[in-house]
Order: sequence, then C-alpha cells, then structure tokens
Amino acid sequence: MKFLRRFLIRLSNFATRRSADQRLREEIAEHLALQIEENLSAGMAPAEARRQARLKLGAPEAIREDHRAEQSLPFVENLFQDLRFAVRMLLRSPGFSLIAIATIALGVGATTAIYSVIDATLLHSLPYPNPSELVRIEANLPGVGAHDVGLSIPELRDLQNSGIFQYASAYFFGSANLTGSSQPARIALKPVTPNYFAMLGVDAELGRTFDPHDATPGFNLEVVISDGLWKRAFAADPHILGKNLRLDNDVYHIVGVMPANFRDQGQNSEERSTEVWAAAGFFGDPAPPPMRSTRLPASTIARLQPGLSPEAAQGHLDALVASLKKQYPADYPSQGAWTIHLTPLAETLVGNVRQSLILLFGAVGLVLLISCVNVANLLLARASARGREMAVRQALGAQRPRLIRQLLTESVLLFVLGGITGFAVLFCARKFLLQFVPESLPRLNDISISWGVLAFAIVVSVAAGTIFGLAPAWLASRLNLTETLRQEGRGSNGSRQRSRLRHVLVIGELALSLVLMIAAGLLLRSFWDLFKVQLGFNPSRIMAIETWLPIPNDPKTDIYRTATQESVMLREVLRRNRTLPGVEETAVGDRAALPLGHGQNDLNMFPLIREAEDVESSQPPLIDTSIVSPEYFHLLGMTLLRGRLFADQDLEATPSIAIINQAAARMYWPGKDGKGGDPLGKRIRLDRVQPNWTTIVGVIADARTESLADAGIPQVYLDIYQRPAKDLAFFLRGQVDPSAISAQVRTQIQAVDAELPVFRAETLDDVLSSSLSVRRFSMEMVALFAATALLLAALGIYGTISFLVNEQSREIAIRLALGAQRSDILTMVLRQGLTLAGAGVGLIGALIVSHLMAGLLFGVSPYDLSTFAGVTAVLTAVAIAASYVPALRAMRLDPITTLHSE
Amino acid sequence: MKEKPDVLQGTLALTVLKTLDVLGPQHGYGIARRIEQISGDLLAVNQGTLYPLLLKLEHEGSIASEWGASENNRRARFYRLTATGRKQLREETHDWEQTAAIIARFFNVKAEDLV
Repeated sequence: MKFLRRFLIRLSNFATRRSADQRLREEIAEHLALQIEENLSAGMAPAEARRQARLKLGAPEAIREDHRAEQSLPFVENLFQDLRFAVRMLLRSPGFSLIAIATIALGVGATTAIYSVIDATLLHSLPYPNPSELVRIEANLPGVGAHDVGLSIPELRDLQNSGIFQYASAYFFGSANLTGSSQPARIALKPVTPNYFAMLGVDAELGRTFDPHDATPGFNLEVVISDGLWKRAFAADPHILGKNLRLDNDVYHIVGVMPANFRDQGQNSEERSTEVWAAAGFFGDPAPPPMRSTRLPASTIARLQPGLSPEAAQGHLDALVASLKKQYPADYPSQGAWTIHLTPLAETLVGNVRQSLILLFGAVGLVLLISCVNVANLLLARASARGREMAVRQALGAQRPRLIRQLLTESVLLFVLGGITGFAVLFCARKFLLQFVPESLPRLNDISISWGVLAFAIVVSVAAGTIFGLAPAWLASRLNLTETLRQEGRGSNGSRQRSRLRHVLVIGELALSLVLMIAAGLLLRSFWDLFKVQLGFNPSRIMAIETWLPIPNDPKTDIYRTATQESVMLREVLRRNRTLPGVEETAVGDRAALPLGHGQNDLNMFPLIREAEDVESSQPPLIDTSIVSPEYFHLLGMTLLRGRLFADQDLEATPSIAIINQAAARMYWPGKDGKGGDPLGKRIRLDRVQPNWTTIVGVIADARTESLADAGIPQVYLDIYQRPAKDLAFFLRGQVDPSAISAQVRTQIQAVDAELPVFRAETLDDVLSSSLSVRRFSMEMVALFAATALLLAALGIYGTISFLVNEQSREIAIRLALGAQRSDILTMVLRQGLTLAGAGVGLIGALIVSHLMAGLLFGVSPYDLSTFAGVTAVLTAVAIAASYVPALRAMRLDPITTLHSE
Repeated sequence: MKEKPDVLQGTLALTVLKTLDVLGPQHGYGIARRIEQISGDLLAVNQGTLYPLLLKLEHEGSIASEWGASENNRRARFYRLTATGRKQLREETHDWEQTAAIIARFFNVKAEDLV
C-alpha cells in the first residue's frame, strides 16, 4: 500500500515533470542559515561558521541527486533518455534502420501469422464451461487391429454409472432431409443421447434443451435447432417453440433454439455446424435392441467428475474394463483385448493437422532466428563504425553497463519497431492471407488477429531484441580506449572478436537455412510423389452429386425399405441422367464409394466374417465397405483381375454377391504361399445378425480410393440392387457443364421423388486436390520459409564478406602495392568464405528434423541422399556466389587511392 | 576510526517519525538538530541526507509538509506526522521493541542457563 502510493506519486511526478528542486534549494538555504546562526551564537568566526555549516550538511549536489531520484523514477527517466537517443540514432542511418526493421518485420510477421493459426486451432480451449473436463471415449480392439469400434448401450450405461463421469453421452453425426419448405434440403443432424447438452454445459437461448434423464428408447421426437436454421427457415419466429419440423418424413416438435454463438463440437466443419439435434435413447426403433455385443457406430464424449484428471480417470476406467471382462467373458473374447481409451476432447478435434502445424511453427521459428541473426550481424557491423563514439563516451566517464544498456535499448527499439511493422502488415493483409489456409483446417473461422496475437508479437520482438542485441552491445562496449581513439576509428581492438562473432552468426544462419531447405525439399518430393501417384482409377471428367433417402423412425413407413423398392427409383434416375447433355456414363453408389471425398465419419466399416475361418465367438476384422451399382467400376476405370463384376441379373432375390480388391484378397485369403489364394467363391458375412452368406465373385485391382498415400486398404463392394443404401452419390462421366449440371440432376431426381434433396456437386478432380490441401499448404509454406531463409542467409554472407573486405582494404592495398597478384587477393578473400563450410553442422540438425517429420513424408525416405546432396549443393553455390561479389571488388581495389584515402 | 552503526542508519526514518511525534511540526533543520541532540552525536549523519528521506516519507503518506514561517520569520518547510504516520510509528515501535527485547535476552544469557 505504502509502496504503491509512493510509486504512483513518483509516476505522476515523472509524467507531469514536476520537480521539487526549487523547494529543496529553499530548504537547504534555510537549513544553512539556521545552522550558521547557531554556529555564530556559539562564538565562531563568520567564515568558519559558514564552513562548518556546509560541512555538516554534506555535498549539496549529491543531496539534490538523491532528492531528484526520490521525486521521480530515475530508471524510467533514463530509459526515456535512452529511447530518445536511440530514435535519433535510427534516424541518422535510415538505410540501416529500414533494412533491419524490414528483416525483423518479416521474421516476426511470419511467426505471428503461424502463431495466430496455432492460437485458434491448438491453444483455444473449447467454447464450453470447464472444457478440460470433456473427454472423448474410444473403445478399441487392439487384438484384431480394430480402432474406435463404438460402445453398446449396456456399456454406455456402465460408463454413466461408473462414477467417473458426470455425463457420458453418445451421438451420431449424420443428416436428414428437411421437407415441407419450398426446396427439400439436407441438413446436418445429430441424434444425441438426451444428456448431450447437459454434458457440454450449454443451455438453449429460447425454450429448453433435452431432459438428461429422459429414457425414451428410440427418438423422443423433440428437437433443438440452431440459431442459423431458426433465422433461415423460420425467419426468427419468436413463437417457434412447439412448432413442427419434418425430418426424414417424421414430425418433430421444436423445443429449443440454441444461442447464436453456439458451435457444436466436432471433427470437421460440417459437424461443427450441426443445425438440428434430436434426442434418442438408441435402443428402440430404428436402433437395434440393446445387447452388450451390439456396438453402436456412435461417438461418445463425456464430462469427467470435477477435479478428476484424465489420467486418473483412465486408471479407474481400466479397472472398470477389467471387471466387465471378467463379468461377461462371452462378450469380450480375450483375443480382441477390448480397451477403452480417454482423450481430452480438445486434442481429438485437431487431430492430424497438429503435426503439420508444429512443423510450420518450427519452420517459421527458424526463419525468425535467421532474420534475428541477420540483424545481429548488421548491429555488429555498426558497432565497428561506432567504435569511436563508444570510446569517447567511455573516456568521458560512462560506465560499461550504462553503455550496454544504451545499446540494448537501441536494439530492442529496433526489434519492437520491426515486430509492430510485421504485425501491422499481417493485420492489413489478413483477409488476403486467409485465402491460402486450407478449408479443411479445424476452427478456421476462429483464426483472428487478436490482442493475444499482438502481445505475442511484442513479446517475441522484445525477447529477440534482448537476446540478439546483447552480444553486439557487449562487444561494442568492450574496447581499448587509447588505441581506439588513436586509430581514429580505423578499426579497433574489438574488431577481431567482432568479425569472429559475425562468422559464427553467418555459419549459424547457413546451418539453419540448410535445415529448412532440406525439410522443404523432402516435403516437396513427398507432395510431388503423391501428386504423381498411380491412382488405380481415373478421376477426370467425373462429377459426383449427392442425395439422401429419408430414414423414418418406423421402418414400416419407409418407401425405400428394400433393395427392390429402392432400385426402381435408382434405375429411373440413372436412365434420366444418361439423357442429360454431355453425359456418357452414369453410376450410383453410397457415400463410402465416393473416392477420397469423405472423412473418417463416413467410413462404412463392417465386421468381415469369413466362412469356416471366423468362428462365431471370435472378433472378426473390420473392413471398409462400399455399396455400388454395376456400372461403377467401369465409370471409375477400375480393372477387374479375376472373376466377374456385378451384372443386371443380380437382384435382391438372387444370391448375394460381393467384389473385393486385391489388398483384401492378399490379407484375408493369403493362400499357402501368402501371395494370394483364391477368394473366388468364398463366402462372407458383413453382419453378425443376418444369417445370409455373400459369395465373392470378383477381385479388382487396388486403387487409392481411400487414401492417396495408401494403395493397400482392403475393400469390399456390394451390389446396390441387393443391399440398399441411403446416402447416395450419383456419378456422371462426360463433358458436362459443372455450373448447370447440379440443377439438371436435381430436376431429374426430383421428377422421380420431389422430396429428395440434391446437394454438393463436385468433380472428382476437385475432391482429389482438396484432399491434398493441408499437405499442399504446409509444403508451400515451408518452401516459402526456406526460400526466405536462403535469401536472408545470402544477404548475411554478402554483408559479412563485404565488411571484411572493407576492413582489410588497407591490408589488401599494401599487399597489392608490394606486388601480390590479383588472383591471390581473390583466393584470400574466398578462403575466408570457406570457413562458412562449418554450416555443415546444419546437416545434423536436418537429420534430426527429417527424422521427426517422417510421418508427414510419403514415398521418400527421411534420409533421402539426393535431397540432402542437392540442397547442400544449392546452398554452397549460393554461399560462393554471395562471397564472390565482394571478393571481386577486393581484387579490383586500386592500391593508390585506398592508401591515400586513409 | 570506528564505522557508524548501520542499524541506526536504517532506523533514521523511525527516528524522524518519533521526533515529529514528540515535538509536533518541525522544519528540516529542527528535525536534524533534535536527532543530533538525542542520539548524542552518535547519529551524526550528513544532515543533507535527511531531505530525500523526508520526501520519501511524504510520498509514502507518513508525513505531510507545508510552507510556514521559521523562528526568525523566514519561509521554511514544516513537516508534520499524518494519521498514517502515527499508525506506522506505533507498529514500528512495537516491532523494534520486540526485536530489541529478543536480542537483549540473547546477550544476557549465560552458559549455565542453557543446560
């Protein structure tokens, strides 16, 4: 309190420049007068009385100094003085200042840009109360290599009753047809257990959310809608509550509207913009009966009990899993090795971009380092030029710490100016820059240039200014007074150390560039390899357009319940599509059949039960399954290796058949030599409940329809006329007009069923390129950073060698005058450049980095010799070129002019 | 020559407050004079150092000052104790007495007392 009051008064005195000097003078005068009087009355002579009084008072200047220091804030006052001086110094050499500020602006600006992306994606917590309590729950069967197999209703109840969680909530992410308005629309719908909103800890803006204790077995026909849908479809009707909404032909009542700023959690932007939430118990129609072994393909998230850490919760959970396995041995066969794993929700939502972002941050950090090193180099060069100034200041009594403080103030000012410039450029260009960020990046919309980002930029600048200003300041202030002053600034004692430091800095810079360039080279090669990869299918001139068949809650009301019912509609739409202008071929499949165009959520994984191999109790492997029409394979250009494709005579009534790919054949029917037995005629089941066997009739060549990076993912294809699908994608090959085709197909589909929504028309080429977007983004960014680093390093080398030549010009001139050959001079200078070979240490750094980023590479080894050699060669060439120019200048030096000028 | 005791230097603020407490408002010279008298020249500080200290105490709110007329009718700055200063003086006196008592006990202790 006392301290604060004193500080505030001093601060205000400082700010208003109020001085107590006059008051002190008067007080001292009065003091002396009184003392003298007393001395006189004690019988002293007048002169002696004055002398004694002054002696007793002490040195008035020292008192005034202390008094002044107490009156104001001397530290801040000095700082301001230093700042004023620093500004004057920067203005005096505008060229230097501009280059330095621009270099720092580049480094800090780029770092801040990446930081703002990381801030939004990795650091921002979820927009719900106590987000650290939220966890994602995944059940795995590591014994059969199955991941995230889902939980059954009894298991979910076990979790809910375990005492570990406040709420454990399951949900599907899907969509539904919203009908009744002018145009049928597909909207993102999330059937959730009724405790979902209670688990997230958010409430409705209007009305209510679901009762967490609701025990309706199936759908309870209540929905909560998003603010966006409320405004779009209901014109923000204030009396919306209780009104009806028709979803997949079922009628729901609206019970609540979420707040405008509510965003659902989810793994992709589609899921995060869910518009309707429906409460369901998941154990009545249309869900299967609640058996322990019937796992729902749902996601589960939960809120931990307050104060329970995820690690501790995982411990409790492991115990629960162990006891459940003991209690129900038939449901948890030991070879499956059933486990349940918790992950903090915030981590799971970022997923695979984490690695890319960390790589980018590392890369941009290197650029920042390099730009700082460059500026430190410039500061060192300037220190040489200011040797005389420093010597004079020291001769006049300036202390070394005081000089260092002065120089540090200058460098920090320079860095902060650079940082602010970088931030300002970033702020002005943010809209432009955001275009380059791939849309698939999670929380893209949350990226903002906020105060936190500004604070980051300033902290980084100040830290960099202090760190990289310290060494130059240290060396600049360390000099031999007499020598420097005598030499009249012709180079000073400290210059040897300074040039050694400059060499070290340039070597460091080169080494860092080497690391960056190798990382960029490896990424570039991976990307190129991915781009050039043999797809195994032909995506050109193919358009996919999606529709969605309603799934009413009562299966009896479903007009597309059986394959036969559905096939009538499908065949008619396909026939109509073939008549559209430019269309050559058409096919239909489910969403899983859409190559590369779907996220993990849309994968259709089914247990693969092989006849005579997988006994009933064992845990069958899960296999990726697509449902397609017979024309699909020809349309996508996929080759049949053995057997036959689907044909028109395969119908619901005829024996059920399947086609597998080569990878599935290799993995599940390896034969005796392991190279592939004969799967043709073998029978499988993709469902534990249905008794019907499906016969494999064909094997097709592997295609990268699931992942560009992986050709060998086992696949099963089923015939859509035997096994109906609800999430449909119509494929068209031909010379179609992408802008018109969507409307044309909509007309054709709605001519068959007016209630069907038609959405998302994409060419497969677009799908392909957007599946590479995150990779492309990080590759382009790292390449950009590497180019920047190379440029900065080249400038650094050029600057250092030029500076050396300048310093040695006298020596060179004397050598020339004494008869040295010009070529000798050239070699002499270039030899100094040779020490830069120390940058080879960068190779070690590059090895470490490339090892760390192995997961981001494709088709190229992290220790790829040609990349390492190529990059080293390029860097060497640049280094030689950058030192050659000053070396040439040294060679052409005219001895007479040089020696005269000194 | 023996060094002046540092502890006493550190308590200069306390002596200033006590002086003002006992004598009422005083100018700088008066305070210096009193301290000199009471401490019997033990505390012969450079009297000038008093002024920065007075300013510090004023900033801390323990004392206040205003212009007034000195004994010989000249303008002089008079310092007086504020309520805060009085409270501070009370507390510090108490602390100081406690410390002094403890130290005194240590000085008085004899070997046989510790057995």
